[in-house]
Amino acid sequence: MHELSLALNILDVVAEEAERCGGVRVLGIYLKLGPLAGVVKEALLSAYEIARVGSSLEGAELVIEEVPVMAYCPTCGTVREVVSVQQLCCIECGTPAHQLVSGRELEVVALEIQ
Amino acid sequence: MSTPTRLVEVRQQVLKQNDLAARALRQRFHAAGVFVVSLVSGPGAGKTAFLEEVLKRLCARNRVAALVGDLATDNDARRLARAQVPIRQITTGTVCHLEAEMIGNALAGWRLDDLDFLFIENVGNLVCPSTYDLGEDLRLVLLSVTEGEDKPLKYPTIFHTADVAVITKSDLAAAAEFNRTAVYRNIRSVRPDMQVFEVSAKTGEGMDPCLRFLESRRVESRPGRGSNPEGAVMPGHT
Repeated sequence: MHELSLALNILDVVAEEAERCGGVRVLGIYLKLGPLAGVVKEALLSAYEIARVGSSLEGAELVIEEVPVMAYCPTCGTVREVVSVQQLCCIECGTPAHQLVSGRELEVVALEIQ
Repeated sequence: MSTPTRLVEVRQQVLKQNDLAARALRQRFHAAGVFVVSLVSGPGAGKTAFLEEVLKRLCARNRVAALVGDLATDNDARRLARAQVPIRQITTGTVCHLEAEMIGNALAGWRLDDLDFLFIENVGNLVCPSTYDLGEDLRLVLLSVTEGEDKPLKYPTIFHTADVAVITKSDLAAAAEFNRTAVYRNIRSVRPDMQVFEVSAKTGEGMDPCLRFLESRRVESRPGRGSNPEGAVMPGHT
């Protein structure tokens, strides 16, 4: 439901970045999305299609990379993926995950520019 | 000849603006010594009834105030005003969640250093509020015994961003055939270390442990600042 306002936020941060790079043309926006960001990928993509029309970034495609939830597992002594967001425990040994390393990303990580 | 394209690395948080506003609020709350607790839940879980009871009970020993988010009405703010503490409504219109900037705007004119606790009731919604940091110290997610036991599994993100779960309407547990074991199992499956309270705002059952927890958390995070019901200026309280 809040994906449209997030799509507008994406346009804002990218426009700012493009300006900083000397007014380059942006062809692609690469976004990292974690399952715990509270955002539905498909909803964000459709919202973005609406938001970009008529903006300075109309020609920029949004590419979303979904990243897994990772946590430090004290039993394995290393960072592991969790089973799922419904079952926050180590995928290898089942130890409950307390220290998350990733999973909340909602971040523009790269731009394809011309 | 067309210009070649190239890939540049950037690191820009989509929620940068909200995160900056939330960080500024958190610093302000900390400097003023006010402990800020936000409430999230689906519509009808009993946030307002719970908050009304919290305000009534806490205001005997603490200076408390609340901000209440609602899409369209001020019904909740009017209900809460019965607790005789400062209440402000944030009408979000079509926006389904509160954002940090709305909190900052709603606080205009309030002296935060005159408060021990500030409560923020979010819009009833288990999805969108999870994405926005409001600068709060503690986020409570409420779940009533009349809702499905699988709510935590359906909305894991909101349980994940909250610090504490509060099961409300415990007086209706038997009538609703509330499966306590399943709810605790589901909460701890999405959030292994989550603390859980069970309360009834109607009978008052379970309210005291929950309030003692809030008061102790405040003392821990704001050392040296006791509660001050008389509103007198405390030494060192700037």
